[in-house]
Amino acid sequence: MEKIELTKALAQGQQMLAEVTHESGGVRASKCYQCGKCSAGCPVAFAMDKTPREIMRLLQLGLMEEALKSHTIWLCASCDTCSTRCPREVDIAKVMETLRIIAKKKGYVAEKKLDQFHDLFLKSVERNGRVYEMGLVLGRNILGMQPFKDVELSPAMLLKGKLALLPHTIKDNGEVKKIFANVRKRGGKV
Amino acid sequence: MKYAYYPGCSLSSTGIEYDMSTRKVAKALGVELWEIPEWNCCGASSAHLTDHLLALALPARNLAIAEEQGLDMAIPCAACYVRTKATEVEVKSSEEMQKTISEVIERKYTGQSRARALLDVFVNDVGLDSINALVHKPLKGLKVVSYYGCLLVRPPKYGFDDPEDPQSMDKLVEALGATPVDWAFKTECCSGAHAIAKSEVGLPMIEKILAAAKESGADCIATACPLCMCNLDMRQGQAGSKFGRSYNLPVFYFTELMGIALGIKPEELGVNKHFVDASGIIKKLNEAEGRRETA
Repeated sequence: MEKIELTKALAQGQQMLAEVTHESGGVRASKCYQCGKCSAGCPVAFAMDKTPREIMRLLQLGLMEEALKSHTIWLCASCDTCSTRCPREVDIAKVMETLRIIAKKKGYVAEKKLDQFHDLFLKSVERNGRVYEMGLVLGRNILGMQPFKDVELSPAMLLKGKLALLPHTIKDNGEVKKIFANVRKRGGKV
Repeated sequence: MKYAYYPGCSLSSTGIEYDMSTRKVAKALGVELWEIPEWNCCGASSAHLTDHLLALALPARNLAIAEEQGLDMAIPCAACYVRTKATEVEVKSSEEMQKTISEVIERKYTGQSRARALLDVFVNDVGLDSINALVHKPLKGLKVVSYYGCLLVRPPKYGFDDPEDPQSMDKLVEALGATPVDWAFKTECCSGAHAIAKSEVGLPMIEKILAAAKESGADCIATACPLCMCNLDMRQGQAGSKFGRSYNLPVFYFTELMGIALGIKPEELGVNKHFVDASGIIKKLNEAEGRRETA
């Protein structure tokens, strides 16, 4: 990390904190007093480049870009352990979710495979109304350049009737497609 | 007792035995499940990481259909439950949100129809005494660790149970005649979809849970989520070979354990569809049952 002039960063920070609060529907990262309980209990902390506590501190210091470029915001599994335990009642998982949405808009995607998975998932929902798991797994393997991932599980899944070969499309007169379209009309990036 | 039933996408494929056992058990308990016609995916877990409004709108369409019938929703999948509950709570929180959501889904939803977890419905609406009274084949001697996962009891404001040390599934397996085993991983995250998209992160998380279950001395794990089931059952072999261990720990949906205790044939519940063979446990239970009958 390069040298940073904190006075300037802190001034910018107020604006960024306000943006996160607005985008997350009222979560205030400024309330965090850095106890680290979130990071102690986080089941994915072992794989993160910055702990959840560090992400909160970056936001408080106005170093939003650092937070947006981290792998942490993508690796968060949204299990809500941190939010449940936070003594300051900060919904940290919601902050991670919000940072991810902002990062994607700005074109920072530190974890491409995870991002691709979610895009494929939503495409499947928009197209069929439901998730088509077989298509999702195939798409994930092709885009992720790992064509044989989990291939050992497939025959057993088919035999057990756990993988459908064709997608299940619902007859909803395009209602689900309309939901996506209406969200886009309101500025949603999906 | 009648509910709008929302199976969700997983229950028609990887979690098919959760659907089979839910329907059989509900019928045996006298709970009527009206499947929401042409229900759509709730968006879990991708929509809420992509767009807040989309995440609230997708489950709202299902809730609106349930509300037209004047029914609460019964939802087996923990992820579908928590996403649908989030919509219900948001819509109730402000008139503005209610208006926005109704405009996006082009249907009316006022927050009247509630999202309920199937475990909550069985334990708190049907009741443990009524379930216990219907047990034909008590699961005597079976040691079970209850695995709630992360989404069923969190966030605490939605919860019907304690977010750190939940009890409802433990009490349920006890009512079925089994022995609930206490352990520290009841609500630890199984890694969710990370196991699919990023297994180097997912598999160590799965391994920790399996190792803790094994150390507790349990014969099997009970779960209430199709993604937890996939990770603990289907990926048990992958997790084991990565860490050089063999767990041989059958994983059941709590509804399958209920079905077995109520006297429904295991194949009708889908128990034969597991990756980790559960037939040893079924055989042991049958032998114990046989001994009791001859005694």
